Amino acid sequence: MKEYSLFDIVGPNMIGPSSSHTAGACRLGYVAHKLARGKIQEVAFSLHGSFAATYRGHGTDKALLGGVLGLLPDDESLRDAFRLAEERGVKHSFVLTDLGAEQHPNTVRITVTKGDQQRMTMLGSSIGGGNIRITEIDGFNLVFTGEYPTLIIPHIDKPGVVGQVTSILGQRAVNIAFMRVYREHKGKNACMIIETDGAIRDAVLQEIRGIQNVTNATLVSIN
Amino acid sequence: MNFTKGEELLALCQVHKRGIHAVMLRREMELTELSEMSLSAKLRVSLDVMQRAVERGLTQDKKSVSGLLGGDAKKVSEHAEKTKAVCGSLMSKAVSRSMAVLEVNATMGKVVAAPTAGSSGIVPGVLLTLAEEFMLDDDALLKGLMTAGAIGLIITRNATVAGAEGGCQAETGSAAAMAAAAVVELMGGTPAMALHAAAICLQNVLGLVCDPIAGLVEVPCQHRNALGAANALVSAEMALAGVTSVVPFDEVVEAMYRVGRALPCELRETALGGLAGTPTGQRIKGELA
Repeated sequence: MKEYSLFDIVGPNMIGPSSSHTAGACRLGYVAHKLARGKIQEVAFSLHGSFAATYRGHGTDKALLGGVLGLLPDDESLRDAFRLAEERGVKHSFVLTDLGAEQHPNTVRITVTKGDQQRMTMLGSSIGGGNIRITEIDGFNLVFTGEYPTLIIPHIDKPGVVGQVTSILGQRAVNIAFMRVYREHKGKNACMIIETDGAIRDAVLQEIRGIQNVTNATLVSIN
Repeated sequence: MNFTKGEELLALCQVHKRGIHAVMLRREMELTELSEMSLSAKLRVSLDVMQRAVERGLTQDKKSVSGLLGGDAKKVSEHAEKTKAVCGSLMSKAVSRSMAVLEVNATMGKVVAAPTAGSSGIVPGVLLTLAEEFMLDDDALLKGLMTAGAIGLIITRNATVAGAEGGCQAETGSAAAMAAAAVVELMGGTPAMALHAAAICLQNVLGLVCDPIAGLVEVPCQHRNALGAANALVSAEMALAGVTSVVPFDEVVEAMYRVGRALPCELRETALGGLAGTPTGQRIKGELA
């Protein structure tokens, strides 16, 4: 069981009104911001369940958009997210949708279009108390929570790739707290999710990106 | 140093001859490997957010996004300044300040979830008022937040503080229990008295449902925060006088959890039952959709 800190109980410091519909929504947007890496031109939100039913009154729309713009849940600019988006020329749309009964009631699909017309799409849920769960990136099913600095490493399913990544982390004194590997087909597209205890420097990411059969490496760190 | 139950916390207090706040501080230092100084600095930021939220909520005239909330905290506070407050100056201030934080929360302002956003008014409302009335400094307030944190930790570990899981008793009830224990310690009561105060607080609201109109953290959340502040002060007063809870704190927490799980889902933050299900609640929901 998780050891709660004082600041989990008397905290988090957050913009209201709701930890799940505002703080959690902002964190989901922030993960999309991190995953997009680069100038965002347009973002589309598909809201499901309770997110769809009560998003305006809870400021879920502002929180999601603010997160995508790089704001954190305690940033007082969250309530001005629409104005900020306009200033930065980020187009945005909100669509109400039904993603299916198996999805958590507070679920959103975020599709980001970048300056170079590349797209990134993710699916995530706000699961209570501001905690979140990402369950899909670019059509790939996976799971992580953003509670730890998390490495997302799409790669080709070949022997030795995982070993090379973990030994780089070991050499750089990064401790792996949790790790999972997902793949679509043997020898084809796969993805590593590595949750770590400490911060990860950019140089380490570069090093991982240089490994043969590693397609990409992104660090998602919410703090 | 760690504890998951009130009984364990009390034993640690007795062995080390220290208050709940001191035990909580030691636990936090061990858990985070941070120094007392950096933890205090971090907690001071939270205290600052609380102070600013109270100040803003008592002065702003902003309506919430839904228009249901806004200006009521100021009303209570101004009324008490103009006339003699029915429930006395201290209680009246704690009530208006708890309400103030909920208004800031509903207008997308910054608050400290303590333990949740929906119950964020109670701990600051009570502690900041106590500090003002008894001239306690910020260091005392930080100790109060540590004590409050210890109580919240035990409830989180053994039950829940989420309205969706345990109803409003779990949210505003827990916040009130946290505040009550902090008041007892700050006023010189023993750790055992602090746990009695927390137990009494939770007992007083066993079964309280979570039924927010249109699912928003506004009505009746603000009034229940006001009640939570009062509950904390009333319970602390009794405990400081030596009144004890017949059922020990740990058992009350367990009872609260069981009651919460027994509540039908209509009464656990789904905005279907209780006040949300009344004709007025449904009408407002329709108007906001």
